[in-house]
Amino acid sequence: MSDPTPSSFSAASVRRGAEWLRGLGADADVVVSSRVRIARNLVGFPFLTRASRQQRQQILDLTRTRLLNCGLAEQMLWVDVHTAPQLDRTLMVERHLISKEHAKPSASGAAATPEKAAPAPAADLPRGVAVSLPDERLSVMVNEEDHLRIQVLRSGFELVRAFEQADDADTRIESAPGPAPLAYAFSPRFGYLTACPTNVGTGIRVSVMLHLPALKMIGEMDKVRRATRDMSLAVRGYYGEGSEAAGDFYQISNQTTLGKPERVILHEFEHEIIPKIIDYERKARTLLLNKRRRLIEDTVFRALGVLRNARLLTPEESFSLLSQVRLGIHAGLISDASDQAVNQLILLTQPAHLQRVLNREMDQAQRREARADLVRERLSA
Amino acid sequence: MKCDNCDKDATVHEVTIKAGAKVEKHLCEQCARQAGMAVQSHTPITQLLTKYITTQAQGPAAQAAGAAIACPACSTTYAQFRSTGLLGCPDCYTAMEAQLGPILQRAHDGATHHVGKTPHRTTLAPAAPPDQGASPPPARDDLIARIQTLRKQLAEAVAAEQYERAAMLRDELARAEGGKPDAPPLPPNPPSRRAKEGP
Repeated sequence: MSDPTPSSFSAASVRRGAEWLRGLGADADVVVSSRVRIARNLVGFPFLTRASRQQRQQILDLTRTRLLNCGLAEQMLWVDVHTAPQLDRTLMVERHLISKEHAKPSASGAAATPEKAAPAPAADLPRGVAVSLPDERLSVMVNEEDHLRIQVLRSGFELVRAFEQADDADTRIESAPGPAPLAYAFSPRFGYLTACPTNVGTGIRVSVMLHLPALKMIGEMDKVRRATRDMSLAVRGYYGEGSEAAGDFYQISNQTTLGKPERVILHEFEHEIIPKIIDYERKARTLLLNKRRRLIEDTVFRALGVLRNARLLTPEESFSLLSQVRLGIHAGLISDASDQAVNQLILLTQPAHLQRVLNREMDQAQRREARADLVRERLSA
Repeated sequence: MKCDNCDKDATVHEVTIKAGAKVEKHLCEQCARQAGMAVQSHTPITQLLTKYITTQAQGPAAQAAGAAIACPACSTTYAQFRSTGLLGCPDCYTAMEAQLGPILQRAHDGATHHVGKTPHRTTLAPAAPPDQGASPPPARDDLIARIQTLRKQLAEAVAAEQYERAAMLRDELARAEGGKPDAPPLPPNPPSRRAKEGP
């Protein structure tokens, strides 16, 4: 690859939004995005709970060149997360390219070796992320909870494609040429070995982000939660682990990673679990339109009215109103606002994006004003 | 479903039969707490795991014996793993295999063995120094190839829902891996079971 590797996002790509929020792909009325994540660790190093700063740096050095030169994409972006400004880290969290833990100063595992942290307490521990450009579909976090976290995120219900890309990336990274061969930690009994035994085996986590406003409105979300829990699945909010469901967006993912091949895990999701929930949400939307049309009309047009007129907006309020407008568009009630504009605003109204789009640092109060201005401008009839 | 007392979603449901009459209560977490009902909030996976681990070593003797086990490679103890939910290095899986086995079985729906992709460079033996390459001796090569073939066949059998064949392959695989030739057959983990439980 002759192109120099960029180390930050261009203003244009920030403004453009993220591919996974583009509202494309199959079943995009309900499925926002599909994600496949694969956890891998290297032989010859402890997991990150026990890794010294020097070992972390070695892992970073060993994997960085491979990630950038093994043909994962036409161009790759590399960010040394530990030296990146906090705003850039938050931007990547908002784009779902890295986890919140990866963005935090002295990420996961740092606390486990306090004696090691003593010589340089202020310095952040070495870690990074590689991102495919321009689509940003593929990202590989280095030194998160595991040495490597390979992720593919796509718009719509595209799990098989996401899996194939992640699986291919995994194979490429493993077989890429380098100064020393890279071997993954693996046991014949337990499979790919991970820091947390909940990921051991295939190391694969499959998840879809669903927009389920109608099920929420008719009070059926608890049923979905119970059913998914009975199937050993996790239901999380927009930001994954530990986050509440905001704006009626839910992430559903597998919890078991041992004892089933990747394709079976995928098959269950693709053909058994998710289609049922999609169908359930669509039926709820039809039910609302046929039986409680006034209620759904009132909800979505009120939301659009507030967004088009508000002068101050918090991120929570704009998120929840945009979710309702999204429902209005897909239910065929709102015709003078586009799904694409709404999806883009979901991302651009978040703190780091807002500041990057407007190219200035703002405090919370200033962001509320700027957020309302941006939403009014983009959603004007 | 909305809470009986306020406008939030009901997440705690209680059905009691009093003098033959069914009484249903649907409350949100907050109202349920106020009403003195036991509330089980959504537990993150790491906490669930810690719970599994804690319940695993029930007797004080078992607990003391297990807690002291340490990984020879990184010196992480089982007690440390119990408090954080994270292991110290790949060797911890071998050092604590006896303790981890049942925990993993519960956390992974009864599964005890990996099925699926395998790495190019399988290091069944202790990790070779990286500069010598990772090619194991020829006898091991055969074994690895055989294990990989068996794994592939097993994956295909599971995908095709041929569970009897899968069970046979799995036992054969366990023998090839030098694990437990007499391991009792495990209950299969048919994906189709889930179809009936869908929402």
